[in-house]
Order: sequence, then structure tokens, then C-alpha cells
Amino acid sequence: MITFTLNGRLVETDAAPTTRLLDFIRDEYELIGTKEGCGEGECGACSVFVNNLLQNSCLIPIGAIDGSDIVTIEGIMETEQFKILDESYSVAGGVQCGYCIPGMVMASAALLSKNSHPSEAEIREGISGNLCRCTGYNMIVDAINLAAKKGDGLW
Amino acid sequence: MNLKDISTSVPRKDHKGKVSGQLAYISDEKVENMVYGVLYRSPISYGKIISIQLPNLPIGYEAVGAEHIPGPNYVKIIKEDQPIFANEWVNYIGEPILMLVGEDLDTLYSLLDGVKIEFEEHQAIYTLDEAIQQKSVSGVTMASYEFGESLATISAIEQGAHQIIKEVYDTGYQEHVYLEPQGMLAIYKDDEIVVQGSMQCLYYIKNALVNALACGDDEVRVVQSPTGGGFGGKEEFPSMMACHVAVAAKAVKKSVMLVFDRSEDMVVTTKRHPAKLKYRTALDKDGNILSMRVALFLDSGANEGLSSVVLQRALLNSAGVYKIPHFHAKGYVLKTNTVPNGAFRGFGAPQSFAGIESHISHLSKLANSDPLDYKRKYLVKQGDPTITKGKFRDSILMEEMIEDLLKKSEYKKKKGEFQTFNQQNHRYKKGFGTSLFLHGCGFTGSGERDHIKAKVKLVKTKDDQVMLKISNSDMGQGILTTLSKIVAKELDLPYEEVLYPYPDTKEVPDSGPTVASRTTMIVGRLLQRAAKKLKAQWQTGVEQEVMEDYAHREMIPWNEKTFTGDAYPAYSWGVNIVEVEVDTLTGNVKLEKVYANYEVGKVIDNRVMKGQIDGGLAQGLAYGYLEKMTSKQGRIQQKSITDYGPPTSMDVVSIQSKVFDNPYADGPYGAKGAGELTLIGGAPAVQAAIENALQTSFQQIPITPEVIIESLLMKEGEEG
Repeated sequence: MITFTLNGRLVETDAAPTTRLLDFIRDEYELIGTKEGCGEGECGACSVFVNNLLQNSCLIPIGAIDGSDIVTIEGIMETEQFKILDESYSVAGGVQCGYCIPGMVMASAALLSKNSHPSEAEIREGISGNLCRCTGYNMIVDAINLAAKKGDGLW
Repeated sequence: MNLKDISTSVPRKDHKGKVSGQLAYISDEKVENMVYGVLYRSPISYGKIISIQLPNLPIGYEAVGAEHIPGPNYVKIIKEDQPIFANEWVNYIGEPILMLVGEDLDTLYSLLDGVKIEFEEHQAIYTLDEAIQQKSVSGVTMASYEFGESLATISAIEQGAHQIIKEVYDTGYQEHVYLEPQGMLAIYKDDEIVVQGSMQCLYYIKNALVNALACGDDEVRVVQSPTGGGFGGKEEFPSMMACHVAVAAKAVKKSVMLVFDRSEDMVVTTKRHPAKLKYRTALDKDGNILSMRVALFLDSGANEGLSSVVLQRALLNSAGVYKIPHFHAKGYVLKTNTVPNGAFRGFGAPQSFAGIESHISHLSKLANSDPLDYKRKYLVKQGDPTITKGKFRDSILMEEMIEDLLKKSEYKKKKGEFQTFNQQNHRYKKGFGTSLFLHGCGFTGSGERDHIKAKVKLVKTKDDQVMLKISNSDMGQGILTTLSKIVAKELDLPYEEVLYPYPDTKEVPDSGPTVASRTTMIVGRLLQRAAKKLKAQWQTGVEQEVMEDYAHREMIPWNEKTFTGDAYPAYSWGVNIVEVEVDTLTGNVKLEKVYANYEVGKVIDNRVMKGQIDGGLAQGLAYGYLEKMTSKQGRIQQKSITDYGPPTSMDVVSIQSKVFDNPYADGPYGAKGAGELTLIGGAPAVQAAIENALQTSFQQIPITPEVIIESLLMKEGEEG
């Protein structure tokens, strides 16, 4: 039995410990906000928080997260921080095809919670594990910058 | 909607669903009675299938192959040369031979290992160079075109020339790397098959399905799912996957889902055609161009697909934005036993512009001229003929755009500073590069009139909401927003009252594929006309429907055989300036500044346009120096994103861009095409900047660190 919390709910499962966290949350809990872009930890589309750290859920077997606290994009959707990010991504035009975006939003939240007023270089580094093929990143960088300003004091 | 200026940005229609991740892409869908499919693919490049031996399949698992195809065994596009399931010959590594379907993916993958196929191997053609050598062998040349000034005239000019400069230029593969891998689902119903997935061209797929299933028009339906990036990669390729899942669904009477993982996607899907471009230019003693001959070779891979059309666009752009006296060009699509190449943002133009910009810039050195000054001398002007005896009808703002960018980038001042910097620094070298380019908007020639014949429909509900019923896909480029906005403005309705549901062929007429920078200009214009019509007959609280058909404005008629006439109704234009710093120890190139000016008629939404500029330019720049894909003995060598190397946030810099207004009479609010244009100037500008930094010349892209180091070593050797 593997036990962990997922978006605040207790999960107890007999699933194979080698099951990828990505598959578990998508298949068993239908949390579709976590996307698979590469399955090899290169693109960041499947980013989740494991004990408040940004991680690629495609690289994590659920056997390795016993006792951990897992948060997906669905787990932050009601927060003030998310609302600020949502608005900032809209205003700055950070969203195009959208496939990288939930992961990108998770990376943005992770960055801002560590560094509430990042420089442009720090933003670029903070999202460097998340690939986007549509935007050329600049409007995402702008979105995070805007979120840092709008959400001053929140992070 | 009361926008003073149509360009003022509005919120994206699909923002909420995307930012929260709750909008379902195809891999997020699950339907009842659904099984997965996995493909057994050819392990060899060229050969005959002798026998197929399947493993024992557990209950609920089945194999689907050519024998299950109700109709003819090819994916309908242009030529009938791409089998749905290869059953006699295989022509490339990765060609689908059969599909195993069943409930559990892990079980399917292990069953795949048990499939044994015996082949009789034949000698394959692996490279473009081999194909060029064998181009007169039957079947190797798939398409060719030749046009321009007679060779006799050019020979006479060459005889009187001061010198003849010959250059050979190579461009590599480019892989789309849309973040969402390809995926397609066939939903099985007793009386119809619904094919749903990630796609750009609903009716390409529908036509391919009607052909493959040999069924009636109402027995198959195609629905677009939210599409996680296309860039051309989801133009023709999804037709093949749609045939796979639909044939399988018919055979096993279940719904069948086929989703690629990243490595499968990278290895077997279409890519930008590798190309070889040969230039032969006669110069006078001052370095002025007297004549130019271009020969262009595209590596089609194993099937023709859209390659002949890609070649047309490559050829139409072979003189760049220049008026070259006595120009002649020819081009070939050549078959190799490698993964078929296909549509990619720019569609042949990026190869041509990389080549011609490189060549012209090299010629400028012989004329002891600044590259930009030299280019400006040959820049086409309004009223000039095109290389196909068409005409540049509309005003051209290139001079204004160049001047603006020179000022913004402090080109002259910086050039001096860079010279000093480079003299003082041994390891790091800085350089400036420019590119001038255009993009013909819409289909080539009479394609819109003869092949596409677009129709659009607007449906008004009783609640006075208006729905766009068109077959075009939003794949991230933002047409849900821009096209809705055009209709809202025309009808003077709140933007929220105009809806654009994901298209379903049961509901929407064929308004053509989402390709060729045609959607805003052609479909947008039709929608605007439809909206005007609806407005004229508007009855509050009543359901209404209007249709609008494409109307062709005749210019100089295009003739594909002689390659003459107006190839495009309109052109969009661009200028890029790039500053780089090259590390001569590692060969790494760092972008420092990127400046970009464009003219696309009229911008429909500033924010959407900026997204196209930044994203397109990032892709175009990377094509020039970062992204490298190769094939060895018919096998793609880069199977992961990291192996291939598309830009991360650390590779890109902020782009200073401006879009010039120049409304086009036949576009909605004056809009022309924009999506592809933004990619085209990236690679040539970055090449020119690296050359400027290192005071050397390259004859290829991508210019990777390895290429740079090799060139520096050669230069050192030469300088002794």
C-alpha cells in the first residue's frame, strides 16, 4: 500500500509502485491538467509539486512518493496566486496552443514562491525546464513579471 | 463590438481552459469501449515483405493490416504513393505495416516485440546527394519545374561576365516539436465512424477517410480536438493516423485511440525537407549581378506527399525579395528511403531564403559593399515583375521598415563598436546580421479557386448569438479569437456573443485547410462578407444562417506548367536584424539582440500578432544555429527533444518588433497572412551575424558549434 496526499486528499493505493505518477493522477483521478509532452523529463508539461518542489511527474514512480504531498494544477486553481497568474498570462499573451501552459503555470508558481520579485534572467532560468514551442517564451516571461508585480505580497 | 481599431487586443477565447489545463486534448479523452493501437513499423529502409508472423494474441487483442482496408490502400493527398499499411514494399524505416489493438498499452508493446516479418532487402537511397546522382533513374525524381530566362541568353551573358560565382548551400531537417504529440481517436458507431484528434485540416482527413473506407459522405465525420501546436506538422500527417484508427475501428468494432510518445513522434512524422541549393551568378567587374541561375533539390523522403507543392513555393522564393536581371531556376523533388518530409511553417520558403540571403550577402563582399546596402540595390519595388512574370501590385514598405530598424538597432554605430570589440577580444566576437524576406499569402496560383473553393457559414441562434461554422483549426495561432473578432466587429455584436466551436465536418462546410497563411486573409475575408450579409438580413430572435463562397480576383493567370503568372494574390514582408556573440573557444552562439519589422496588411489582434512574431522568430532563429536533426542509413538520429535541441527560455532574448500598416484591399480590414512570415527571416539573419562576427562564410544551416569550430580550424590552417 502506497499512501500520499493528492491536492489535499489522502490517497491509498495498491497500484504497482512502478506506475508513473503522471499516469496515476491522469488515469485514476482524471486530473487532465497534467500533460505528457515527452515522457522523459525534458519538457515540463507534466510538472507537479512534490512536497512543494517542482517535479516532472513522468519521472516519478509512485513507489517513491509514499508519505509525500502532491499538488497538481487542479490543486492550486482556487488560490489567489493562481488567479493572479491566470490574469497575467491572459494580459501578457503567454498562452497559444496551451499544451505546455499548466506545467508552465506550475513552474511560475514555484519560482515566485521562492523568489517573489525575480529578474528577467531569474525568470528565464526558472522556466528553463519547461519547453514551449509557440511563444518563444518572451510573453510568458512578461506574464510572470506581471504576476510578480500584481501579486506583490502574495508569494 | 465597438473597437476603434481592429488591432486592439481582446482576451483569447480559449484562455481559461488552457491556463487551467482543463481543456481536453485528444489524449485527455476517454470513450466507452475504447482500445489502444500501436503500430508495427518497418525496421528496414527498402525491401519487399516476404512473410508476416504474428505472436499469439490474447483474447481482446487483434492485428489490423492492409487486408482490413475497405477501399484502396493509400492515404489520399496528391499522389497515391503512401500506403496506409505497407503490404508489399516498404520504403523507409518506420513505415507502418500493421497495427495491434487492445485494451492495455504495455501488453500491446510486448506483443509488438513478437511480430516477425521477413523482408527481402534492396539497396536504399539514404541521402539527398545519392538521390541527386541518381535523379535520372526511374522513380527518383518525383516532381520538377523549370522557368525563367532562357539558358542560351544566360550563357551569352556569362561569357561576357567579369566572373562567375558558384555556391552550393545545404539546409538540414527541421522538426516541429509541437508540445502535444500526434494523436487520433476513431469512435466506433454502427452507422458512422467519428475521427477526432489533433489536426490542421479536417477535410484533408475526411477525404482520405472516405477513400480508405470506401464509404459514403455521411458515414464518416471528423472533429478537431484542441490542438497543441501544429506548425505544418499536423497538416497532412494526421490523415495517415486517421486512416489507421478508422480502419482499425471498422475491423474490431471498437473505438481505437492512437497517441504517439515523443520518440515515435520524432522518428516517424514529417519534417522540413532537407535541401541543396546551387547558385551560379555572373558579375561585372564592380560586383553587380548580371544573371543568376538557381538549382534546388528537395529531399522528399519515401513518399511524395506535399513535396511538389513545397518545391513550388521554394522556387517561387528562389530570388528572395530581389529583382535579379536574367534569372533562371529549376528544382527537383527527389525520393530517398527515409521518413517522408512535409509541411512546416514556411513550406519551402525558409530553405530558399536561407540560401538566397546567404548568397547575396557573399556577393556583397565581392562588391566591397555592406550586405544591406547591396541587398537594397536589388530590392523589388511596387510594379516590378515577379520572377514568374507576375506583378508586385501593392505598395512595398521595405525601405521604410529597413530605415526604422537601422535606427532602432543603431546599426552604423554598433558596427563600429563591434569592430573595436572584436579587435580587442580574442575569445568572444560580436556580429550583426540582416535578412529581408517576404511570404506569398494563401495557396499558390489558382489553388484557392480550383482546388479549395472555400465556403463559410454563420449560424445565428434565437438568442442572437452567432456561431462560426468553418473547417479551420486553432492550433495555438489564435484564430478562435481573431476570426470571432472580425465577425463581432462586422456585426457590431459583443465579442462574447460570437462563438467558434471546435469544428466538426458534420456541422461545417469545407472552408479549406488551416495552412499557407491563408486563414485570416481568405477565410477571414469570407467571414467578413458573410457577416455583412447576415447584418443586412438580421432579424432579432430568429434563427438565421448565411453562407459565403470564395470569389477569385483574377490577376495574371497562374500556369503551373510554364510556371508563369501571379503566384500569389498578395505578399507580406519582413526585415530582421540580429546581434550575436560567438564564443570562439566553444563555438557557442549567444543571441544578444533581435529586431524585427513586418508588414502584414493590417494586424487583427496585436497580442496574437506578437505571439506569432516571437514564436515564429524563435523557431526561425533556431533553424539557423540550434536545431539539428540527421538521418544515418535511413534512421533518424535524434529521438528525444534534448538530442534535437529546440530553444529553451535561456536561448531566446526579448524581441523588439513593430508591424507596419499597409491595408490590403482583399483582406478583412486589410489583413494579409502572418503566421509563416515570422519564421522565414530568422535563420538567414543569424547566419549573417555569425559570419559577420567571425569574418567568414558558411554554406549551410544549422551553424552548430561543431560547424563553427571546424570553420575556425580551417581558417587558422589557411592563415598558417
